[in-house]
Amino acid sequence: MSFNINEYYYKLSQGDVLLAYKGSITSELINEVLEAVEEKLEKVNESGKTRKKLYNVLVESMQNLFHHIEETHEGINEDLEPKFGVLVVERDGEKYKVITGNFINNKKIKFLKEKIDKINSMSKDELKDMYKFILNHQKISAKGGGGLGLVDIARKTGNDILYEFYPYNNDYSFFNLIIEI
Amino acid sequence: MEPLIIEGTQKTPAVEFNPVKGVLEIKGRSIPENSIEFYKPLVDWLEDYSASPASKTVVNVHLEYFNTSSSKCILDVFKKLESLHKSNNVVEINWYYEEDDEDMLEAGEDYESIIRVPFKMIEIVD
Repeated sequence: MSFNINEYYYKLSQGDVLLAYKGSITSELINEVLEAVEEKLEKVNESGKTRKKLYNVLVESMQNLFHHIEETHEGINEDLEPKFGVLVVERDGEKYKVITGNFINNKKIKFLKEKIDKINSMSKDELKDMYKFILNHQKISAKGGGGLGLVDIARKTGNDILYEFYPYNNDYSFFNLIIEI
Repeated sequence: MEPLIIEGTQKTPAVEFNPVKGVLEIKGRSIPENSIEFYKPLVDWLEDYSASPASKTVVNVHLEYFNTSSSKCILDVFKKLESLHKSNNVVEINWYYEEDDEDMLEAGEDYESIIRVPFKMIEIVD
C-alpha cells in the first residue's frame, strides 16, 4: 500500500500531543509554534534544562524544514499547500518527541540517509569535532546553517536521530524524522 | 564613530556596541532563519571600530538561545575581534550562560577553542 498522508497524520496525532500541525512551513509559523510550546512547557513546570533542549531542537528541526522543504510538489496527487510539512511535538513518558514530516525528492534520499547514519554512528566527542569543523571551515549558505542543524540536534539530545522514508511514487518519498529529547 | 544599537526581537538579540567605552553587548535570542542579514551590520561596525578602538574592548555575550545559522555569524563577529586582538589591542570576551545550561557553556568553549582571544565563562546564578 502506498503512503497516505492523512492516515500518517492521524496516527501521529494519537499520542500525548502538545502540538500538531500540517501545512506551509513559514517564518511566522515558526514564531507561533515556539511561542505556543514555550507557554505549554511553562505551565507544566518542565525543568529549565529540558525546556531549553526541546526549544533548541524545535528551532533547528523547523528551520531545517523551512530551508530544505520542497517548494512545490509536482506529481504528488494530494491537495498540498506550498512548502508543505508536518510537525508534531508530543510527550512520551519522561521524554519529548519532535516529529517532522515532508515529501522529499527521491534523488535527495541517499545523501540525507548517509548523513544521518554517519551522525548516529558518532560519539559525543566526534560530534563535537564535526560541529567545530563545519562551523570553522564551511561557508554559510543562503539557506541557513550549512549542515550544522542535525549535528547540533544529535549533540544536544545525545540520542540517535530516527527516520524513515516512505515510498510515494517514482519521484517522491515521504521523509519522517523523529527526535527524542 | 556612532554606537550601534539594535533592539531585540523574538528572534534576534539586542545589540549595544559603545565605541567610546569599548563595551560591546549582545543579549537575548538569536534564532532568525537568515542570520547573515542580521549580523552583517555588526561585522561592518567592528571593521570600522578596529581602525581606532578603545584602549580595552570588552565583549559581553549573553544569549539565551542561538540557532546553528547564527553560530557561523557569531564566529564571524569573533574573528573580527581576533584580528583586533592580534594587532595588539586588549580584547576580552565574556560568555554568559545560565545556571545548569551545559549546552550554552559548551558552545562558549567551542568558540574559545577556535578563537584566539581570552574568554571568560560566566555562570549566571539566580
